[in-house]
Amino acid sequence: MGREREAPQKPQHQEVVSYTVEQLVAVNPYNPDILPDLENYVNEQVSSLTYSLDANLCLLRLYQFEPERMSTQIVARILIKALMAMPAPDFGLCLLLIPERVQMEEQFKTLIVLSHYLETGRFRQFWDEAAKNRHIVEAVPGFEQAIQTYAIHLLSLTYQKVPRSMLAEAINIEGLSLDKFLEQQVSSCGWTLEKGHGQVQLIVLSSNEFNHPELKKNTADIIPLEHVTRIFPILG
Amino acid sequence: MATTYDYDDAPTRHDEQTGPNGYDPNFVPDSVKSFVTHLYRHIREKNVYEIYEMYETSFQTLSDRFFKDSPWPSVDAVANYVDNDHVFCLLYREMWFRHLYARLSPTLKQRIDSWDNYCSLFQVVLHGVVNMQLPNQWLWDMVDEFVYQFQSFCQYRAKMKNKTEQEIALLRQFDQAWNVYGVLNFLQALGEKSMIIQILEREKEGLEQFTATDGYDYSGGSNVLKVLGYFSTVGLLRVHCLLGDYHTGLKCLLPIDISQHGVYATVIGSHISTIYHYGFANLMLRRYVDAIREFNKILLYIYKTKQYHQKSSQYEQILKKNEQMYALLAICLSLCPQVKLVDETVNAQLREKYGEKMARMQRYDDEAFAIYDELFSYACPKFITPSAPSFEEPLVNYNQDAYRLQLKLFLYEVKQQQLLSGVRTFLKVYSAISVGKLANYMEVDEPTLRTILMSYKHKTHAVDSEGKIISNADVDFYIDDDMIHVVDTKPVRRYGDYFLRQIVKLEGVINDMDRIKLE
Repeated sequence: MGREREAPQKPQHQEVVSYTVEQLVAVNPYNPDILPDLENYVNEQVSSLTYSLDANLCLLRLYQFEPERMSTQIVARILIKALMAMPAPDFGLCLLLIPERVQMEEQFKTLIVLSHYLETGRFRQFWDEAAKNRHIVEAVPGFEQAIQTYAIHLLSLTYQKVPRSMLAEAINIEGLSLDKFLEQQVSSCGWTLEKGHGQVQLIVLSSNEFNHPELKKNTADIIPLEHVTRIFPILG
Repeated sequence: MATTYDYDDAPTRHDEQTGPNGYDPNFVPDSVKSFVTHLYRHIREKNVYEIYEMYETSFQTLSDRFFKDSPWPSVDAVANYVDNDHVFCLLYREMWFRHLYARLSPTLKQRIDSWDNYCSLFQVVLHGVVNMQLPNQWLWDMVDEFVYQFQSFCQYRAKMKNKTEQEIALLRQFDQAWNVYGVLNFLQALGEKSMIIQILEREKEGLEQFTATDGYDYSGGSNVLKVLGYFSTVGLLRVHCLLGDYHTGLKCLLPIDISQHGVYATVIGSHISTIYHYGFANLMLRRYVDAIREFNKILLYIYKTKQYHQKSSQYEQILKKNEQMYALLAICLSLCPQVKLVDETVNAQLREKYGEKMARMQRYDDEAFAIYDELFSYACPKFITPSAPSFEEPLVNYNQDAYRLQLKLFLYEVKQQQLLSGVRTFLKVYSAISVGKLANYMEVDEPTLRTILMSYKHKTHAVDSEGKIISNADVDFYIDDDMIHVVDTKPVRRYGDYFLRQIVKLEGVINDMDRIKLE
């Protein structure tokens, strides 16, 4: 009794090898046997600068089902990768699957504070806090760049022209390094530099529909082809 | 198992009364004999209409008359009247347990037995050749009840403090019963085996019919696996919401396009469950506009069709979910005041129910948080902890853990947004304002205001399932150095659709006129 449960057919072991982890998750999302593969995959994402929310949520789910198998080190890595996926809400999504008592651990508390600063646009506090916790965030390559990308994303939603000091604070780059960074952005992203009042340098960010609302109108009134096909008989 | 049921306050019975001192599982009143023989015959004859009538009406009537506070006769007692038909007996037991769960409180043994019955039933569907045609209502109820009983089991198991030794022994012995892997894998297997995703894809290309026939098979086949597979996508959405995994939940629902009419909307319970969980998941993903749109649609639909469901056994459930969705809508609109997305009727109802609370929610003081807490707690799904308890440690209740975590993180989000409503208020009355001036008004320094403005942008711009940035902002702005320019967000007129509709209309008129000429 109660033992008749039938899992969807598991692929033979030999076949598993030829599956990518993404495929495993797609085919077999509720199979406890893929837990070690998923853990390895988290490490692989860390070292190869890749990211898969689906695979990581799948792993957190398996931890949720069998808490005794949870590795807090892996959970921490998942959370850092999720922070790096900002502005996507991934960090919050992962937290919703992690038991409260685990979240009480010091390293998770730190990550939650970091996430809070990013969510509320407080980049100065974020970089200060991150500097105090290098051992946590530096375990994942690409962390700084990912946060800088998020900061620039958020600045571009907000500003047409941003004062140099604001940019410096948000991406945590100053002085000569910032000049060099700006030079790159000017040539690759179409930024331009201006002098504002009081000789303050202003950076004109690339325009998008959020900082240049007039760009929006063109995209709002798109009709899908299927809708147009409905009147084809009439037009013909 | 409790063997005695008190009949004292039961209404006067028919002369087929059961024994005076309690429930006799072997006693089958004549009307039940007639019920099972007819139902069995209709199922064999694939008479969906009659099956539906018996399932939806007769079963309820008989339950009200004879089994208000006792279970139906045992399956063994009725098996004789239905040729001991294996599948029919499984279906009967499914109803038997559903009735028990609804009217009495199941014992642990009964919970385990019900799990076994679902296992056998789903396995017959998955592996056997089932040639029945069952009403969508019934098939939906199976999936819905299966998930409900899973949720109920998790809640029950998590209350460890008062468990007897015997119960604990049973829990250990039948540790596969309502195991979360088993539950998810059944739902997943029904979806896969039914090929429902492929069917829906083929339907889009015009190669197959599913929605057009409401999922029924009019060419002699069975609708059971297909429709169970279809509804299991909604079941998976619900289970993932219960687990707090909203991203995965919505992913499971993807095969169903809720912007179109679909089989999910042919059964009111399924329609409501789909939209309730879809909306809740989007709320938790900060996609408020998507949540508001769908809540608005379903609430309007319920408002208009409520009276047709008054007699339904699910009427109370419909009303409850209706109220819960108003509470969720109140939350969404407080965080994202896009009132123009809401129909006037729905808005009037909302103001009546939550107008005063919503005004207080805007204040973002302690009282406001208390209201967010109250509405969330009232309207959220019954979150579960899916893992088995540890039997060794001192036994503790953990049935509130999952709910507390979800609530805490939700309120955390609300707190992060608390300064945004102030920004909103000022932006609404200016077309341009300097950063310094606004900082002054909001009583913060300039750098802080700049962070608040960025936070406003972040919180009002969600990332959709394809990674695209979607604006949820009712009032938007951009900053040019020190100047905040407010953007008028008039709803964009959809000229394209309007013209398309007019073209079709004109064609209709011209056709009509042509016909008149011919006469």
